[in-house]
Amino acid sequence: MYTLENVSKTYRQKERTVAALTDVNLTIPRGQLVAVQGPTGGGKSTLLQLLGALDRPTSGRVALGESDLSALPDARLGDVRAREIGFVFQGFNLIPTLTALENVETALDPLGVPAEERRRRATAALESVGLGDRAHHVPGELSGGQQQRVAIARALVKEPEVLLADEPTGNLDEQTRDEIMDLLEGLWRDRGLTLVIVTHDSAVARRAERRLHLKQGTVTERR
Amino acid sequence: MFFTYLRRELAGRRRQTAIVAAGMALAIALVMIVNAVSTGVREAQAAALESVYGVGTDLTVSQAPTAPGDGEGPPGVRFEFGQEDGATAEDGSTTELSNSILTPGPGSSTFDASTLETARSVDGVAAASATLSLTNVAFDGELPAPPGGADGDVALPAPGDGGGFAGGAFDVSSTTVTGVDPAADAVGPLSAVEVVDGRGLDADDTGQAVAVLDADHATSEGLAVGDTIDLGGTEFEVVGTVASTSADATTASNAYIPLDVAQEVSGLEGQVSDIAVQAESASMIGSVKADLEAALPYQEVSTQEDLAATVSGSLGTASQLVSSLGLWLSVAVLAAAFLIAILFTIQGVTRRTREFGTLKAIGWSNRRITGQVAGESLVQGLLGGAAGLVLGFIGIAVVNAIAPTLATTSAPDASADGPAGFGGGNPFDAMQASTEVVLTAPVTATVVALAVGLAVLGGLLAGAIGGWRASLLRPAEALRSVA
Repeated sequence: MYTLENVSKTYRQKERTVAALTDVNLTIPRGQLVAVQGPTGGGKSTLLQLLGALDRPTSGRVALGESDLSALPDARLGDVRAREIGFVFQGFNLIPTLTALENVETALDPLGVPAEERRRRATAALESVGLGDRAHHVPGELSGGQQQRVAIARALVKEPEVLLADEPTGNLDEQTRDEIMDLLEGLWRDRGLTLVIVTHDSAVARRAERRLHLKQGTVTERR
Repeated sequence: MFFTYLRRELAGRRRQTAIVAAGMALAIALVMIVNAVSTGVREAQAAALESVYGVGTDLTVSQAPTAPGDGEGPPGVRFEFGQEDGATAEDGSTTELSNSILTPGPGSSTFDASTLETARSVDGVAAASATLSLTNVAFDGELPAPPGGADGDVALPAPGDGGGFAGGAFDVSSTTVTGVDPAADAVGPLSAVEVVDGRGLDADDTGQAVAVLDADHATSEGLAVGDTIDLGGTEFEVVGTVASTSADATTASNAYIPLDVAQEVSGLEGQVSDIAVQAESASMIGSVKADLEAALPYQEVSTQEDLAATVSGSLGTASQLVSSLGLWLSVAVLAAAFLIAILFTIQGVTRRTREFGTLKAIGWSNRRITGQVAGESLVQGLLGGAAGLVLGFIGIAVVNAIAPTLATTSAPDASADGPAGFGGGNPFDAMQASTEVVLTAPVTATVVALAVGLAVLGGLLAGAIGGWRASLLRPAEALRSVA
């Protein structure tokens, strides 16, 4: 479960200070599917970074379960990311020189999983997203939808508590978008994940249990 | 994962890998060749010095010649002929004359032989022996009969030039002669030669008119063991021929004769020109030198290192070329190669910002990413090192195949003026302690270690800088595309 208490985040841009988030209070229960929408520059990126333990708030507290992400040192934050948080990016962010299987394996590297088990789990993860037959293809040999499936397999292979998806369907056509969303929704349901999806696409957002709107650093609930 | 990722990156970015490795290879090959040639030059210098001073000589004691005063010319070589000398032609127009003079060697100065005992008494001196460097100048030919048949002196042109007066014709030749202690074989010129025919000098030869000749000189002069040779007007029996123990160098003297005989024939009784000194250990050379300088304030004490600086000729030029141009060229190319490797690594890290950001986002530590970048650079460096080794070996093989012959003149006091004859030439220019050495570029463990070490260093340096840049990246970069 995520708990955000009076979270603010400001950035220095040359001579001025920009408030990306202002006094945000938010609770995301474990196992919830949340969609975050809002205009560009509204603070969605900042919120995802704080939820993903990639950054710390300027003030306030961000907690994932018992871990206070706003107070942990960098090394511990890395540990939290390695064990508890999976990421899916708009641009897929696969390593171009590695095969699909090896890309999935990268998520198990920080956990010190032995090579044989790593390979077995990565293969299983690829099969769970329907790409068992593309394991030895490099990203350049895969379609956009297939690359995003590899990215989802990479995010889920370590069996995280949370999956954070940044515009996961932003680079895909409608049919592929629906396939990816079906896949994410299925995994969320099957694994009891906490799934936070940042999206501009209302069709995607409508599939969420809960919809948040971020504008000028302020979060509002959307019915 | 480390090796899989590393292999995929290097294979996937072949162009960058090839450029970095090629730069590194070129630099390392150049460093190898310069280092090998430098070693070859040092060995050639040592061989040249050994031929003069002998194997095992750590220090030499000599005396700088006194420069002529203002208005005072250098002494010339003068032959004295009496009225009764030679055979006059029937018509009385010319007289056939033959004579030889044994004089001090070129650019050398003699000093009291008792200095040897002083040197031997210095702490740390294991052995010492004295030598007397001489030159035998021989005159052979016809001179026009002098008016009135008076005795006269003849000053001669440069040896080997030949010459003539109106109605006369003659040749002047020279032979380098070294007077050595026949009993001293541990240190001194004879320690750097091996007997080719006959025998060497031994303690029983003291006071005997016997000579050992350089084998090449004996061949060129048509002399063999059992023949006699005229040195300074004395007939010496040739008891043996010798050659340098170094395959790459020649002996420093045409003839070796017992020291006491050399002193007597040259009229330099009780005089020597050099003392070869062997220290008890290499670590004592510095202290022995200092003690010798204190004990012998009027003599010059030189170490092998000092003497190496006196080697001139094309070997000296090669030495200077290697130590100046070669060294700086190597440094410049090496610096360029390192810079290329570093810049490419930094460029690669910048290009892979999203990639490293993603890896950090999924939990990779800074250390893990730095290690990955450093590993890639290290392998690129090692690939360059391997290619550099091959290139370097080829370059060294080419140098050894060409095997240039370098002339050397090892004369510590070569700048001093020697006697001059008429004609303006210095008759001793050609008679200094000249040897020829073949320049080789030996491949030593040091050369190989240097190449591998530089490859590792270059790779690690580029990797460390690239890794440091990667560690500065914020994982949030991976989410930059979020609106």
